[in-house]
Amino acid sequence: MSQLAEQKENLLAPGHNACSGCGLVLAARLVLNAAGPDIIVTNATGCLEVTTTNYPQSAWRVPWIHSLFENSSAVASGIEAALRAQGRLGKIKVIAQGGDGATADIGMMCLSGMWERGHDILYICYDNEAYMNTGIQRSSLTPFDASTTTSPSGKVSLGNPTLKKDMPAIALAHRLPYVATASVAYPQDLEKKVKKALSIPGPKYLQIHSPCPLGWGFKTSLTIKSAKAAVQTGLYPLFEYENGKLISVKKIAKPQPVEAYLKDQVRFRHLFRDEAGKTQVEKIQESANENIKKFGLTG
Amino acid sequence: MKKFLEGSQAVAEAVKLCKPEVISAYPITPQTHIVERLSQMVADGELKSEFINVESEFSAASVILGASATGSRAYSATTSQGLLLMAEVLFNLAGMRLPVVVTCANRSVSAPINIWNDHQDVMAIRDSGIIQLFAEDNQEVYDMHLQAYRIAEDPQISLPVVVNMDGFILTHAYEPIETLTQKEADDFLPPYSPERKLDPARPGTFGVLADPNWYLETRYAMQKAQEAAKRVVKKVASDFKASFGKFQGDVIESYRLEGAQTAAVALGSLVGTLKDVIGEEREKGKKIGLLKIRCLRPFPEDEIKEALKEAENILIFEKALSLGSGGIIFHEVRSALYTSPSRPNLKCFVLGLGGRDVPKSSLKKTIESFSPAMPDLNFVDLKEEQIKEHLYVPVS
Amino acid sequence: MANRTGSWRTEKPLFLNQKCTDCKLCIILCPDGVVFSVNKVYQANLDYCKGCGICAEECPVKDIVMVREVK
Repeated sequence: MSQLAEQKENLLAPGHNACSGCGLVLAARLVLNAAGPDIIVTNATGCLEVTTTNYPQSAWRVPWIHSLFENSSAVASGIEAALRAQGRLGKIKVIAQGGDGATADIGMMCLSGMWERGHDILYICYDNEAYMNTGIQRSSLTPFDASTTTSPSGKVSLGNPTLKKDMPAIALAHRLPYVATASVAYPQDLEKKVKKALSIPGPKYLQIHSPCPLGWGFKTSLTIKSAKAAVQTGLYPLFEYENGKLISVKKIAKPQPVEAYLKDQVRFRHLFRDEAGKTQVEKIQESANENIKKFGLTG
Repeated sequence: MKKFLEGSQAVAEAVKLCKPEVISAYPITPQTHIVERLSQMVADGELKSEFINVESEFSAASVILGASATGSRAYSATTSQGLLLMAEVLFNLAGMRLPVVVTCANRSVSAPINIWNDHQDVMAIRDSGIIQLFAEDNQEVYDMHLQAYRIAEDPQISLPVVVNMDGFILTHAYEPIETLTQKEADDFLPPYSPERKLDPARPGTFGVLADPNWYLETRYAMQKAQEAAKRVVKKVASDFKASFGKFQGDVIESYRLEGAQTAAVALGSLVGTLKDVIGEEREKGKKIGLLKIRCLRPFPEDEIKEALKEAENILIFEKALSLGSGGIIFHEVRSALYTSPSRPNLKCFVLGLGGRDVPKSSLKKTIESFSPAMPDLNFVDLKEEQIKEHLYVPVS
Repeated sequence: MANRTGSWRTEKPLFLNQKCTDCKLCIILCPDGVVFSVNKVYQANLDYCKGCGICAEECPVKDIVMVREVK
């Protein structure tokens, strides 16, 4: 049985200000409980940091540091170096965290440096697909056609015009020994991946799909359903790479059409109004099909 | 033991004695020799330190932030554009009260790009809460780094320190340096062992969100720590004398100001040149002295007032300015003297920007031509023909 | 902790504890981690439960229902 349910005390305590139904804070709680207490955690600016450390209270029951928006990975590098100098690195693990904006945009420089230098750090990207803390602005991990406040759908716009930056591919280009994606819809899978990552020396990357009820536009009770649909349509493939080789994928028994995922989110609602939207949905279906083929998600 | 060392090498030797567990390094002229020398020391097993080659100065500062928060003594060096790039982290370090030491090999700032000495870089972080010390020569640079960690790590202070040394003028100059042994350094500077640190044995949260109900007091506390730092800077200087027999340190130095009607004020290596000039002027019968400001933050207002109490004419030489306002040190010193019984004539002389040479003759000419009727803000050795031809200056 | 986020709710989860198979999904999937069981009796810490409804939605045997809270 997974350790997740046995945890007597959550290492991320309740009483924080994350939204009701927040997928990100669920992912963080699962990560911490899987990792255990002998960790030091760095965190970028964002929802997770702001909602959990409203002085004088803190929800973190592990040593935790927030510096700036872009430097979670660089601060973690310094912590790892200090632990190494102090001879305590094996006993204590270092986890660096950030949202999609902090990871793929403003934090790219520091992240690439940390990976290139080969620090023994697990980097976790909580992917809720936009700058949620500042009010739902577009990031480079915002999916194609998603409506955000800085890529809104409108009379001459169909939402975000770019494809998600392929962060796992960038991680693989840095020769990371472990690169994986996970989802809050599959908590045991997430736990296994965190544990495996922490057992591998060197830099690791884990990207966790974390639906945001407020930002994506769905009822707070549907966070898990939404995350599951993303996986089951092939839009968010769950996979593991070890030493550059694809070693596992989450198979999809019966791939769902992308509408099953898109139509219940306000951020994609504009795609279901007219012919232009229909064409976009077809494009999105193509990309899902490509994922299914590329990763062998069926059969 | 006396050694003939390049300024950068003196820094590396001093830092080696401080035994930082983590050093972050990014190349930028003219500090690069410092990190290169440290790198060689680590490679040869002379210095046991985690030497991290970061991908930018921003990360250089972030790495030492993480290391210091984890309870390790940490060090980095930078200048100019690098200092500006890490500015966000430097403010963060001060706010988190982490006692790192950073050497700034003072250099001009872009645009236009210029790699030579002035003080514009460090003036950009003047108000950050970081303790700022300025060295006159390389012996002082060497001694200052040891003192810097003692000051920073004082539990009442716990603030970062930037040690300023003039780029090229000091970094690339060879001087005889009286060096210390490791044992002497260890006796003077105990290991860093903070109570607050990132440790699973005692989990704590660093870098919190402080809303309007909580933020103000953090700055009050930092102001008080800066004020206390003045006392600590002096104490460390007298401890240094007790340990090593020579006085080195303090917040200012008064040079021949007794009975001086005229006083020059300066920071950094310019002080050395001015001391020569003052010696020569004194020989000619001029009653002139020099105030060296060694510690800019905390600002030694009382000490400055006391040192300048006899002066009628004060020449403030600066290698930076607050564009749109005028001299930075000028305004701070004038403000310090506001409540003095006398009203001296203060004038600001901006010089040496972008590494423009400051020969003794220029300083003498400035001193000799001083007049209370001069404007407050003056530029020494300004090339008029270049203004008209090249720059966008409204023709009056 | 003084920040009782339970005050945010408009609905609260009612654990019927009738068909429960002890799968623990409610404990695992609660974003805030407020669901717990004592001797296999499941409940939510109402000081902190935000009433998101995920536990009720995801319970495989529909043994949890969200009920409107009357204050």
